[in-house]
Amino acid sequence: MMTSPFVAQPMPLNRLMYRVIGALLPGMAVATWAFGIGVLVQVALAVAVALATEAWCLNLRRYPVRPYLADGSAVLTACLLALSIPPLAPWWLVVLGTFIAVGFVKHLFGGLGQNPFNPAMIGFAALIVSFPAQMSRWAAPLALAPADLDAVAQIGLIFTGHLSSGAGFDAVASATPLDAIRTGLLQRIPLADILGTPKFGALGGAAQQWIALGYLLGGLFLWQQRVIQWRLPVVFLGSVFLTATLFYWANPAHYASPLLHLFAGGTMLGAFFIVTDPVTSPTTPLGQIIFAGLAGVLAYLIRVLGNFPDGVAFSVIIMNIVVPFLDQYTQPAVFGRKKGGRA
Amino acid sequence: MNSRTIFPFHGGVHPPEFKDLSSGAPIAAAPLPSKLVVPLLQSVGNCARPLVQVGERVLKGQKIGAPDGALSVAVHAPTSGIVTAIGPAMLAHPSGLSEPAITIEPDGEDRWIDRQPLDWRNVEPRIVREHLRDMGIVGLGGAIFPSHLKIVEKGKVKTLIVNGAECEPYITCDDRLMRERAEGILAGAAIVRELLGAQQILVGIEDNKPEAVAIMREAIRASGLPADVGVVPTLYPSGAAKQLIKLLTNIEVPSGVRSTDLGVQCFNVGTLYTIWRAIEFGEPAISRVVTLTGNVERPGNYEALIGTPLNELLQLAGVRPQATGYVYGGPMMGFELANLDIGLSKAGNCIIVRDAVHFPPRPLEMPCIRCGKCADACPIELQPMDFYWFTRSKRYDKLEQWQLFDCIECGACAYVCPSHIRLVDYFRYAKSEIWADERQMKAADHARQRHEFRQFREEREKREKAERLAARAAPKAVEANSEAAPVDAADAERAARIKAAMERAAAKNAALNVESAPLVEPPAAPTEPALDEEKAARIRAAMQKREEEKARLAAMSPEERAALDAEKAARIAAAKEKAAAKKAAQEQDKAE
Repeated sequence: MMTSPFVAQPMPLNRLMYRVIGALLPGMAVATWAFGIGVLVQVALAVAVALATEAWCLNLRRYPVRPYLADGSAVLTACLLALSIPPLAPWWLVVLGTFIAVGFVKHLFGGLGQNPFNPAMIGFAALIVSFPAQMSRWAAPLALAPADLDAVAQIGLIFTGHLSSGAGFDAVASATPLDAIRTGLLQRIPLADILGTPKFGALGGAAQQWIALGYLLGGLFLWQQRVIQWRLPVVFLGSVFLTATLFYWANPAHYASPLLHLFAGGTMLGAFFIVTDPVTSPTTPLGQIIFAGLAGVLAYLIRVLGNFPDGVAFSVIIMNIVVPFLDQYTQPAVFGRKKGGRA
Repeated sequence: MNSRTIFPFHGGVHPPEFKDLSSGAPIAAAPLPSKLVVPLLQSVGNCARPLVQVGERVLKGQKIGAPDGALSVAVHAPTSGIVTAIGPAMLAHPSGLSEPAITIEPDGEDRWIDRQPLDWRNVEPRIVREHLRDMGIVGLGGAIFPSHLKIVEKGKVKTLIVNGAECEPYITCDDRLMRERAEGILAGAAIVRELLGAQQILVGIEDNKPEAVAIMREAIRASGLPADVGVVPTLYPSGAAKQLIKLLTNIEVPSGVRSTDLGVQCFNVGTLYTIWRAIEFGEPAISRVVTLTGNVERPGNYEALIGTPLNELLQLAGVRPQATGYVYGGPMMGFELANLDIGLSKAGNCIIVRDAVHFPPRPLEMPCIRCGKCADACPIELQPMDFYWFTRSKRYDKLEQWQLFDCIECGACAYVCPSHIRLVDYFRYAKSEIWADERQMKAADHARQRHEFRQFREEREKREKAERLAARAAPKAVEANSEAAPVDAADAERAARIKAAMERAAAKNAALNVESAPLVEPPAAPTEPALDEEKAARIRAAMQKREEEKARLAAMSPEERAALDAEKAARIAAAKEKAAAKKAAQEQDKAE
């Protein structure tokens, strides 16, 4: 016997997830253009491991494997993690990270919808804490690469760890823009000189800024499709921008411009694809503002004052902890029960 | 198209309307059916008491059920004929329960009883209210709340809202009524406005009914009433009374508060029309307009007699093959009919014949990802995803604290849920669980109070007896000194009498204990099996009645329950008063 309502909006969960994955495509495409086929290899590895882990866990937990595997959530987690790690990182890194994300962070906590932490971000954090050397193995963008890096060479680096010539990764290694600023400042190089190198473009990193624009485009698509709302990304970006502005005003010789912080590192990916993860973010309007606002401040502080390459993952993980409290204490007023309302 | 400011409410959804299936079909009179099964439960309160007997000849409009209690209204014979049965019949109600109904076999003459219009301007408001109750007038929007209870004292209500929003998909009966009987609706509105002393009338109509808007506007202009049409956006549930009040007046009526306390009262267009017929023509509510739509050959709107069997009604529209089910009401808040051999009720605004294309089986329920789409859609600004978690973890305290009972079960949350979670079912379940807990607590409290009172009474009786005995013994003691022997004899006799009385009391007590013993007690001596069976049957009947009561309560809105509670409280107060009076009389008797 059916009960009301008898009709349902035709926007099921898997279509929602695949729309988010689709929104990642512009950024992914730009990343592939900028860094090479390695990006896609990492994504493919991660997706394969995520699906295998998901199927295994569902089977262990006696869930119907087919509909749950098709919900797209594991694929999305895999994509987010793969896009966060160096494209030429050794293959086992992304395999391990994805396994942790899907197996531990998602299924050990009860599966889809039950995980308090963002699986991709915990996977990322686990890798960066455990394997800092491998996780900082960023190559220069292809346009700036010192050595020729074709697809075969990239795949060889990922799976064997060295080039066909026998040279190791160091032959192609290059600090990320954020790392370049950090190490440069430590060596007392003036900020203006650091930013003057070809590593940097008008907005952020010479290549990275285009990837960030790709994610921004995807994010706007999600907003237009009503998959995400404006609140979380706008507040997060605004918070990063304002915090960076404060520091920049205080000491422009030492702190990079707020614009660079918006378009460097994981800011854009975080704003539209990580902070907006519904499972691990608050549901109330005020809670979302506090969550995204504090995450933005923390992301900037960890990035600028900390020792890690970027701060987005850690700031999101820290803010994930307070989500239940935020939800609890920021309940919006119910219809007719508003203070100061006419009722 | 709109001259009025509209104050949007939060949330809402816009499901495909499918109103064009039937909105073009003028209201047609349904032919006299072969039988009429008129439910006696036609309002939120008690069942009406039957006034006729099997075999009796009744006239069209004759009162066949008398109101029973404050929330009940009269029930009338929809046509002339012979009463062929009085007894339980399946009800058009989500519970699927059986309630008493009167079955009438029409004689085909459709002969009216003598109809008496009411000179409503020159009688007390109380008389008007009683007239409406005796004409069986209830809200036809689906809530079947007795209309006479909404005619509150003059001056409290400033704005009369006429609800022509009809926000549920598929339903077109109010649309057609406004297009075809605008004058009657406005005449009813004029009467209610005057009875309430309201200053203005606001008619709320969704913008998907431009014809109704134009016709109502024209009728208002012609009538000269202080009325206006507010064209509200097509956004479900704009036709829910509180949402429509917000849309038109920007007043938010909190749950548990009557809109009259905020100066607004809301009536459905169909209700106003029947009020007009009842007052100006003395015609009781014996028919209503019902939309027959969905998977049928001829979707349309029919004026059908209350009690018309739904299967006969559906023959008018012609059910197509591949019907997968029947929905009574709209697709958002209606319910599945388990059986079509049911009489049309006053709540029946629409019957939708389902088919697998437009009403596919709901897909597998996936986990909640807290996406918050339900909260965005909730017109009451609740947090359905939190309710869902709390219900699953049985945190009923949290649910109450977060205002679960403000939920109107409109279904907007379940409609948008990407995980296809049947949220409304969870909330209905949680509500019924909380009510069950409350009832259990109340019952326990009641039992404790009874026990305490009994202890107190026994204590008091013992004390009083002792005092009486002492009072009597004192003068006797003086006498005893002079006349020892005869007194002893008298004492012995008295002692024997007291002993006998005590034995009697003990026996009675034992019997009482058995009577009031909980059900787990083993049955009394097997020497009286007949009595036991009878008792068991009585207990079973009582339990069943409680179950039914529970189901009925579960289906009620908070206001209705509040009203019912008030009614109960009044009954208890009256009984208490009666008991006090009796006691006083007894005391007086004793004193004399």
